[in-house]
Amino acid sequence: MITFNASLQRPGFTLDAGFETKAGLTALFGPSGCGKSTVIRLIAGLERKGRGRITVGGRVLMDSAHRLMVPPHKRRLGLVFQDAQLFPHLDVKANLLFGHALTPPAERKVGLDAVLAVLGIEHLLARDVGSLSGGERQRVAIGRAVLTSPHLLMMDEPLAALDSARKEEILPFIERLRDEMGIPILYVSHAVEEVARLASQVVMLREGRVVASGPPAATLGVLHAEHQGDIISFLQGTSATPNPDYGVTRLGHPAGDITLPGLIDAGAGLRVVIHARNVALAREIPPRTSLRTALAGVVEQVEGEGALVLVSLRLTGGEVLRASITRLALDDLGLAHGVPAYALVKTAAIDRGGVQGLRA
Amino acid sequence: MTDWFALTPDEWVAIRLSLKVAGVATLAVLPLGIVLAYALARGRFRGKALLDGLVYLPLVLPPVVTGYALLVLFGRKGVIGAFLEDAFGLVFSFRWTGAALACAVMGLPLLVRAVRLSIEAIDTRLEEAAGTLGASPLRVFFTVTLPLALPGILAGAVLCFAKALGEFGATITFVSNIPGETQTIPAAIYNYTQAPGGDAGALRLSLVSIAIALCALIASEALARRTRRSGGPE
Repeated sequence: MITFNASLQRPGFTLDAGFETKAGLTALFGPSGCGKSTVIRLIAGLERKGRGRITVGGRVLMDSAHRLMVPPHKRRLGLVFQDAQLFPHLDVKANLLFGHALTPPAERKVGLDAVLAVLGIEHLLARDVGSLSGGERQRVAIGRAVLTSPHLLMMDEPLAALDSARKEEILPFIERLRDEMGIPILYVSHAVEEVARLASQVVMLREGRVVASGPPAATLGVLHAEHQGDIISFLQGTSATPNPDYGVTRLGHPAGDITLPGLIDAGAGLRVVIHARNVALAREIPPRTSLRTALAGVVEQVEGEGALVLVSLRLTGGEVLRASITRLALDDLGLAHGVPAYALVKTAAIDRGGVQGLRA
Repeated sequence: MTDWFALTPDEWVAIRLSLKVAGVATLAVLPLGIVLAYALARGRFRGKALLDGLVYLPLVLPPVVTGYALLVLFGRKGVIGAFLEDAFGLVFSFRWTGAALACAVMGLPLLVRAVRLSIEAIDTRLEEAAGTLGASPLRVFFTVTLPLALPGILAGAVLCFAKALGEFGATITFVSNIPGETQTIPAAIYNYTQAPGGDAGALRLSLVSIAIALCALIASEALARRTRRSGGPE
């Protein structure tokens, strides 16, 4: 879908990245300042100083070797900014139709009604943009971009400015865009749950370079011990048993049930993201504890030598769960390669945003 | 007593002429002012500092110097003046059009400043967003930049108009003080003060000036407040 090979020099920052994406949703993932937004701006044509070659859907948009630079308004790409950037002098309907009106009629594949339905914004049409909530503004901004029938939809941290309730309000809409409208999406984020949940492919950037690229489970797994805040594991459930009385779901897993903080929709992916910092280890399941999730496994690897170490536990069934614990606890419990242990996960520490179809 | 306040026909002529000169000057200089303001706010080009200086020069120069420069450039024997007369039959010297030109030059810095500030207050990402939605740079200017800068443009135009009504030094140097042709309100007041018994006329026209200027300033402030409100993201 996208072939990207470009470099850009700025004082104190160098971008030199190359990657390719397929259709579907590709996440551009990395910490703040790693160059994610610069990549987006280069693809959109808003950053003109770059060198290299960029193509989208086989069409060359930039090729500095041949002095080719398609201007932004001729690229036919949609861009959603972090803070919506709705036109304050136009109402919601005029904002939505701004780009649609400029799209040649023969290329208009997306209609207003479909966008209103998918994004759930029909009731906002006559409103002034100043009166919208953050989540509503972002949905209108997404609709405005989608209505140009873009060859690629790019979203630059569309949820970063929103609180977690608003995020959960928008995530399903992005999933519908991806699944029902079939628009290729390049999604910039530094939130690992969003990436894990939405992406079929991840391009990981660090300090202006691509450090990994591929399916999320493989890519996000390469995060190293020095970035403990970002380290996550994916667990694939086998069945879901909702408990409406308590508002929780028990997710079946070969190593033991996982209790999720909410009710899950039927047909959801049953994939859970768990942060290493939210996993505790024990040699046996503690009696009379509030912890609802205890997964059996064997210690496979211990990384790091500081105060905190990263322990990889090979769970029954073959999946790996990583836990960030103190070196003190590691030695106290005598944990080492080959020692059986239980991974304990607080239900409250599981982010709903990381589980598709999970509702409060 | 009522007679004392009544404006004489000559004074009405001066007021009407002033309004015409200021109105024409403001309308004529508006497109140039907007283009200059946009270039100074958004442009990156060589000589930007020089252009910036030239636009603001009439603000700090003695008006007599500006008037003299206009006389040299736009007089019938001036480089530009001779060309305009040959090519378009357009004459500035000792005509009301010359008064309008002097007022336009003197009002331009105020207009450009107000418009420039309102353009600079617009988030450039709004213009980028319009670009990614398929709008060419020209369309972005007319559909996004210009409407959002409108309160600043109106405020600048009002300031320019008020400045034009009060312009004296450059006008009298360039086109003299001819009743009915180039004698605007300030020039008429000046005449009254130079003649014995002209105090009442000077006072009457001064009151008219104060009233017009005050209205313009209040209107400009009100528009500037709207600019600040609509400039933010909310």
